[in-house]
Order: sequence, then structure tokens, then C-alpha cells
Amino acid sequence: MSAPTATPHATRGADDDQASTVRAFEAFGDGDWDEIAREAVGEERIVVNMGPQHPSTHGVLRLMLEIDGETVTEARAGIGYLHTGIEKNMEYRTWTQGTTFCTRMDYVAPLFQEAAFCLATERLLGITDDVPERASEIRVLMMELNRISSHLICLGTGGNEMGATTVMTVAFTAREEILRLFEAVTGLRMNHAYIRPGGVAIDVPDDFAAQARPAMERVRGYLGQLADLMIANPIFKARLVDVGALNLAGCMALGITGPVLRSTGLPYDVRKQAPYCGYETYDFDVPTDTAADCYSRAVLRIEECYQSMRLVEQALARLDASAGAPVMVADKKIAWPAQLAIGGDGQGNSLEHIRKIMGTSMEALIHHFKLVTEGFRVPAGQAWQTVEHPRGELGVHVVSDGGTRPYRAHFRDPSFNNLQAVSVMCEGGQVADVVVAVASLDPVLGGVDR
Amino acid sequence: MSGASVPDGGGPGGEVVAPPAGATQLEVVEVRKGMFGVGDSGDTSGYGGLVAPVVMPGPSARPYGSWFDEVVDVLAEVLAEGGLAYDDAVEKVVVDRHGATTPDAPQVELTLYVRREHLVPVCQALRDDQDLRFEMSLGVSGVHYPHETGRELHAVYHLVSITHGRRLRLEVAAPDADPHMPSTVSVYPTNDWHERETYDFFGLIFDGHPALTRIEMPDDWVGHPQRKDYPLGGIPVEYKGATVPPPDTRRSYS
Repeated sequence: MSAPTATPHATRGADDDQASTVRAFEAFGDGDWDEIAREAVGEERIVVNMGPQHPSTHGVLRLMLEIDGETVTEARAGIGYLHTGIEKNMEYRTWTQGTTFCTRMDYVAPLFQEAAFCLATERLLGITDDVPERASEIRVLMMELNRISSHLICLGTGGNEMGATTVMTVAFTAREEILRLFEAVTGLRMNHAYIRPGGVAIDVPDDFAAQARPAMERVRGYLGQLADLMIANPIFKARLVDVGALNLAGCMALGITGPVLRSTGLPYDVRKQAPYCGYETYDFDVPTDTAADCYSRAVLRIEECYQSMRLVEQALARLDASAGAPVMVADKKIAWPAQLAIGGDGQGNSLEHIRKIMGTSMEALIHHFKLVTEGFRVPAGQAWQTVEHPRGELGVHVVSDGGTRPYRAHFRDPSFNNLQAVSVMCEGGQVADVVVAVASLDPVLGGVDR
Repeated sequence: MSGASVPDGGGPGGEVVAPPAGATQLEVVEVRKGMFGVGDSGDTSGYGGLVAPVVMPGPSARPYGSWFDEVVDVLAEVLAEGGLAYDDAVEKVVVDRHGATTPDAPQVELTLYVRREHLVPVCQALRDDQDLRFEMSLGVSGVHYPHETGRELHAVYHLVSITHGRRLRLEVAAPDADPHMPSTVSVYPTNDWHERETYDFFGLIFDGHPALTRIEMPDDWVGHPQRKDYPLGGIPVEYKGATVPPPDTRRSYS
């Protein structure tokens, strides 16, 4: 790699002056892969490139495996194939627009990024204690629903990778129930941008509890089916028990959190250790195991789904009690005058609100325009907020320079960090166990690469 | 810039905690003039005369409140045992109150600004001493302040103590002309990929890192994209006859 000689530019042409001094990557010829493969010529060992386009790597994860017979002697993970510069993009949008960007990072668990970003923004604004109770209840409800749907993806795709198609179909059918609930609340199945600094964009529909309670019962039924298919299944156990082991010391050194850490016996959960959104007032348990293998992680995820259902029930009961309460902070200089409505074509501005600002109140129109185009100013400083993501501890570091846009927004994605454990979990094991070990980390490459 | 005049704890609505003496000191990072990127004589926006200082929260004075004093005292003691003076290692301590009404509210955050040459012993002390036990690192994030001459590049380390249920932040600065920083991988192996990411996006070189290579961008990429002086590289887009410039050259509220 040579030092940059001219102004770097993302769209520089291939025939720039720099082209001759920069080492080019090619899929054939003198690329990095060619070097690795050439080194291995004439030796017993085989070097296998798995991914980035491989059906069992959960997206565009690239694994470089050195194999001796059926044993993996070296495993390295390569990432970056889905890097889209979301953090950089957020620096050029208002704080409210930031939620529409960070929701696209880990697209399987979008509401956690939104919640963490908004909690961090609220810290900078100094309004943490002013966020209405009902907004926090809705956030807890949405996050726990999302935790179930995310764990279902992990279990379903993990099962599918081992050849158990029924596990996948049952899990996706159950997830569909939750996505329908998301659609009823936010108008969308993913990329919600529903949680906003100061609260949430819109209250849940009046009949939401009537939709959610039967849906939860159906999800409970599907979870029972999944548990029947997985937990006592001898084939499943033969593939997972004692595979991909990572003990507590390894987890602490590598900063591994979430179900992988809890499978070593440490009940570390951010919801208990540093509660946010009022989690300290809910009644739930943190399931742990001591086997520290892939099987225990799968069982823990099923167990966590049941705990999340307990939380959903409690949140629904609280929402019944707080019906009609505000869902956005009272300060009109922060609360977006969104007044959204769910129409036949999804979420949009409420016609009633548009009629009011366009027809009757010039001040309301000016206020709406200023807040939506300029945004609100956030006092200079920095904040760090973590939440318990389905995959571990999600951290958000936001820096403000006192302007209307984040000066810097950094996401510590649990998948990104946890992928560092691939080498430790796979080396010395069988080739077939690599897929199982990676599935037990449950990486989502949208979050890894951001 | 009404918001910027409130360093910390002064959020809209919330009661302000009486700041300890000296805590109101501000650090002017940058002074911006005008609005919408125009400030010359041809300005017709009416905002040309606007002068807006960018001020970051300044150092806090004792008592810091909550468990913060205890941690700082123990850290000073442990560093002294290792022959390192606390004042040499730690430049300043900043407590961000974020509008909290009580000193031990969950949103109050502690930041230690550490001189880069002493980063590793400070991390070692924070991890290993039984009264500190910040046993897990949650990674590194870089921030680029092009206007802070001599300390343009910052690396921020987020540590968590599961034993004591505490969180703190270390901030280390390096000049753009000498973007070197000691690697913390020997203390926190998890920072391996996080330091690679910070190198990739900011060009901070972590000395002693086992394999400091790019992680997100391609190996042959030129430049470090998260730096403030890196252009976005967008192209103007035509929409209904008008031209929309790339986001970083668009008019914006400064």
C-alpha cells in the first residue's frame, strides 16, 4: 500500500496517476488470494476460501480456512463486503434523520439501533428523564418483539444450514406474526425509523393489544414446535453439543457478549446491569448455561424468546393502563411535528395535520418547516449508550458540536466484535463444524460492516 | 447557538445539578462564522455576521460525584505504585451530567483524558486492580477534530466493569502530523478489530498492533474515509430541472 499522494476521492477514475503506484486487487492473477494459494502448492494442507458468496455464511462473510484432512488448522474471517458508510452518512443528516440510517445497520434487529441512538441523543439533549413513560413502554415492547424475531432468524437459518428445512419454515412463519405487528405499528416490516429522539413517531393503534395477544399465543405455539424439533433431537445434538466451545476467559478477552457470553454461566445482561427504558421495573430472568457450546447457545435463545414474551405481556398491560398518554417529549422544539398516520399505502403525514398547517396556522407551518429542514440543536459534548441487542451489547458513541447534525456517530456492533471469536471457535475442529460455530455467533453482516 | 452555551447538565426542561467549582469552564474548539457556507461580502443570506463558537465541556473539578472520585483515587494510587505520576498520565477528567438531577443517575458519564504514551499502563491498572476491575473493553471509536491543532485525532475507549457495575471512557489524542498511538491489544485483545477499524477510517497508527491492516475498506484504498477532510465524492444529481449538489457541498445550517 502506498501513501496517498493526491486528494483522495471516492469516485476517482481507474486511470488516475495513482493507479500505477497502488497495489491493485484482482480476483485472479496477483491478488491476495493468489498469494495464499501459491504458498500452499505442493503441501498436504488445503486452503479453502468460503464466501463471501456462500449460502451458510449469513450474508457476505468471507472465511479463509486452512484444512488438514477434515480438521481446520487455521480460520480467518474477512469482512467489509457490505460496508456502506452509514456512520459517515449520519454526519450529513439531522439527528432525527439519523434513526432512518442506523435502522439499516443490523437489519434483522433494526429497533435496537434506533433505540440506542435515540437514548444517546436524549442524553446529549439532557432530556433522559423527560421522555414520557408510555414512549419507554412502547420502546420496550418493540425491542422485545424484535428480540424474538431476531432469535427466530438465528434458530431458523442455523437449522436450515444443518439441513433441517422444517426448523427454518416454522421459525419464519413465527417471525411473520411479529412482522405483521411491526407493520401495524410502524407501517413497515423493516427499516422502521419508528423510535425518534424524545419518544416514538406515533402511538400504537387502538386495537394493538387485540392483535398482539393472539399473535403472541401463536408465536408461543411455534416456539414449542421449534423446541420439539431441536432440543431433544439426537441429530441436532450430535451436530451442536461440544462444538464451537468458548469459555468465560475467552469471552472476556475477546469482549464477547450476549447469548455466547451467557452460555459460559455469566449472567451479564445490559438490561440488568445498566438498565434503560425502565427495564429495572419489569420482571424477567436472564437465562444462563455452563456448557459454553453451540447447543447451549441455541437453547438459551429459545429460553430468551420466552423471557421476551413475558416482557411483551407486561408492556402490553402497561400500555392498556397508559392509553392516551403522550408518546413524545413535551418540548415542541425537539418533538417532530410528525403527526403521522398509517394509510393504505403505508406510513405518511396525517392529512388532518397538513390541512391545519397549510390552511389555518402560518406559525405552525413555519415551525414544522424549520424543525424538519433544520432540525434541533444538540448541546456540544459526547455520550455513550449501550443496549442489550439480541447478539450482545450494542454501543453507540455520539459526539455533537452543538449543531443540528451529529459530529460523529459510532456504533459498536456486537456482530462485528463477536466475529473475532471465529478463529478460536473453529481451529482444531471439523470443517462441518465451522458452519455451526458461525451460526451460533449469529452475525448479521449489515451490522458488522455498517 | 443557544444550546452550545450550556456545557453539560443544562438540557431543556431538566433541573441543573449545581456544578462543582470550575466545572463551567469551556473549551473553545472552533469558531464558525456565517451560515449556509457563505460569509464573504457577496452574502445575501443575512447570516454573514453570525459568529458561533463551538465549545466542548471543559475539565470538571472535584468532587466528581458518585463512584468517580473513588476510581480516580485508586487509579492514582495504582499508577504511583508502578512509578507513574497520576498527573503525567491523566490530562483531565470530564464528567458529563447530561441533565441529571442526581450525581449518580445512569446518564452521568466519566471521561479520563489520558496522554497517549501512558495509555497502556493506565489500561493495565484499570483492568487488573481489584478495586477497579474494568475487565471488558467495548471497543475503540475515533473522532477527527481538524481544528484542534496538535491533537486532531482522538481515540475513545469504552470500558466496562462487570464486577462493580461501572462504565468509563478513556480519550486519547494524537496530532495529525504524528498519528501514532500505542496499541491496547496486549491488555484488551478484543480491541484488535476495533483498532483496525479506527486505523482504516481515521489513519491512526496503533504501534504494537499484531496486524494493523484495513478491515472495512479494500486493501488498496487511498485515504481514510471518516476523516472530516475526506470528500464524500458524490456527484450532482439533476431533479426536475434543478441540480442537487453532493451532501458535503450543499448549503447547510452550521
